[in-house]
Amino acid sequence: MTKSVEVGSKKVNLIPFSGWMVVFVLIPIALVVYYAFTGVDGFTLSNLTWIWTYRSTLWLSVWLSLLATAICLLLAYPVAYMISRASEKVQRNASLFIMLPMWMNFLVRTYAWMTILENNGLINNGLRLIFGEDFAGLNLINNHGAIILGMVYNYLPYMILPIYTALTKIDNSLIEAARDLGSGGVQIFRRIVLPLSVPGIISGITMVFIPSISTFIISKILGGGKDFLIGDLIEDYFLGNSGVVNYNIGAALSLVIMVMILIATCFMNKFDKDAKTNGGGVI
Amino acid sequence: MRKIILSVLAVIVVAAIIVTGSVISRGGGASSGSINVYNWGEYIDQSVLDDFEEQTGIKVNYTTYASNEEMYSKIVSGAASYDVIIPSEYMLSKMIDEGLIAELDFDNIPNYQYIGEEYRGLSFDPEEKYSVPYTWGTVVIVYNTKYVDEEDVADESLELLWNEKYAGKILMFDNPRDAFALALTRGGYSMNTTDPAQWNEAAEMLMEQKPLVQAYVMDQVFDKMISEEAYIAPYYAGDAITMMDENENLAAYVPVEGANQFVDAMCVLSSSQHKKEAEQFINFMCETDIAVRNAEEVCYAIPHTAAFEELDEETREDTMVYPPAEVLEKCEVFVNLPPETMLLQSDLWIRLKTTYY
Repeated sequence: MTKSVEVGSKKVNLIPFSGWMVVFVLIPIALVVYYAFTGVDGFTLSNLTWIWTYRSTLWLSVWLSLLATAICLLLAYPVAYMISRASEKVQRNASLFIMLPMWMNFLVRTYAWMTILENNGLINNGLRLIFGEDFAGLNLINNHGAIILGMVYNYLPYMILPIYTALTKIDNSLIEAARDLGSGGVQIFRRIVLPLSVPGIISGITMVFIPSISTFIISKILGGGKDFLIGDLIEDYFLGNSGVVNYNIGAALSLVIMVMILIATCFMNKFDKDAKTNGGGVI
Repeated sequence: MRKIILSVLAVIVVAAIIVTGSVISRGGGASSGSINVYNWGEYIDQSVLDDFEEQTGIKVNYTTYASNEEMYSKIVSGAASYDVIIPSEYMLSKMIDEGLIAELDFDNIPNYQYIGEEYRGLSFDPEEKYSVPYTWGTVVIVYNTKYVDEEDVADESLELLWNEKYAGKILMFDNPRDAFALALTRGGYSMNTTDPAQWNEAAEMLMEQKPLVQAYVMDQVFDKMISEEAYIAPYYAGDAITMMDENENLAAYVPVEGANQFVDAMCVLSSSQHKKEAEQFINFMCETDIAVRNAEEVCYAIPHTAAFEELDEETREDTMVYPPAEVLEKCEVFVNLPPETMLLQSDLWIRLKTTYY
């Protein structure tokens, strides 16, 4: 096969992908930007000032998402590590089990948590079996803790899988060499395994933090619809559930979130490059 | 220039959606011989739809919404095309004003004759041109007799929703119009007031109530009340009866201060490509036996006189479904609020949801 044919076929192969990107990524973003900077009288920056009005909402969303991301990381790393060290058969089965919940719809799974966490739910009724019928029950739902739980539960696989992938890519001879040179387990982990898994960690953080900060359904179902997160606010402006539809403010709020995420991603990518490693890959 | 760019972008998006859509769901759209019906959740006897499809050969694509506002924004966004919708009176009058509703050809709806005089030509459609009333009812307070003390409900008041004794066990409407109506009524004001001071006062009441509220819900109210997760909830009368059928500890009353009375009416969108089939559907829903079956399922009061006669006596005399005149006198029907009041309502509602305790 000559080189030119290869290049030509690559170009043809790119058409569906580029088409998809233009229609479902570029144009929507262009529309968001357009709406964010327009008002009744044409061009305006005033929509962006709303983010200041809703700074406490933004802060709450960032805070809850950061907590969820941190918890995911703490839970996911040991799990990913253990799986990556296991036999091939165990690895295959373990990845399957991690993916398994994703075969069910996200909404259905989140509703299921309602039945688990409610005052008459599985946990509290289980506790009543132990402590007697009079046990008042723990307050597990309709609060910020339940929202974090929902985020952790739904997005944990997106943290485990990239870390696991990064860990399996580590060349075992590096570890053997370190051991030959007299390194202990802690030192091997700190100086070889952890640095080499950084790309996976960064991927995981991005893939958990982004959907967490933009969620609106988890806060509605598990938070009791009491406290808006920034995603709820954007949804409200687009759907007009409060009585007024305002695409401009909704788009401006979305744009601010997008820019924030973009900056965070760039920052982390730089961090990734500084680590001078390969594997994982940032999404 | 900006307009041109925007419209070019819009055309590309629409074209892409049409191309992908027609490939993916051929025949799923409103091809001839099918109508799209958009109704409230839990608001129809599903078997009635099957009967309609069987009798007429017209396929019904049935989808539901949880609030008038949700339905409205979906329709004005043009994201989907519907033929028959069943909005509440205030939304209907707004949509008529905006030209979204088609005039009906009553020659195709002979069963309109059964609609009772008192339900015809109501404020939202005074000339009887656009709509056929589907059901009506009032907002009631549902409570669980097992957990709510008798003395707290003896006066049948709205105060129950603000009773600190039941903190964490109270549910509230997750839509501003219904939530503010309760607060405004509690303050002694009209739920259609345009006075900002009264709205602000109502907002303060809702703010004060927020720490007591377990969750703001719409259709989730069924689950939470039936499983006794919550003890107190304001909701629509027909749905309250459905809940009471499922859990015998539940009871309900129309608050003495008054409540919202609503009329939901069937109408056809002016954008409908299947107006005739849509009218056929409306007519079918007004067939006496169909209306009876449907009323037995949804439990709301019906404006259909012949079907009313065929309901069992218990239902006909249920004062919660068909409240006596002196109760109805205190009830108020929503009117469409002016834009500045809507803006205030939206602002106050978002403030309620973004105030964190």
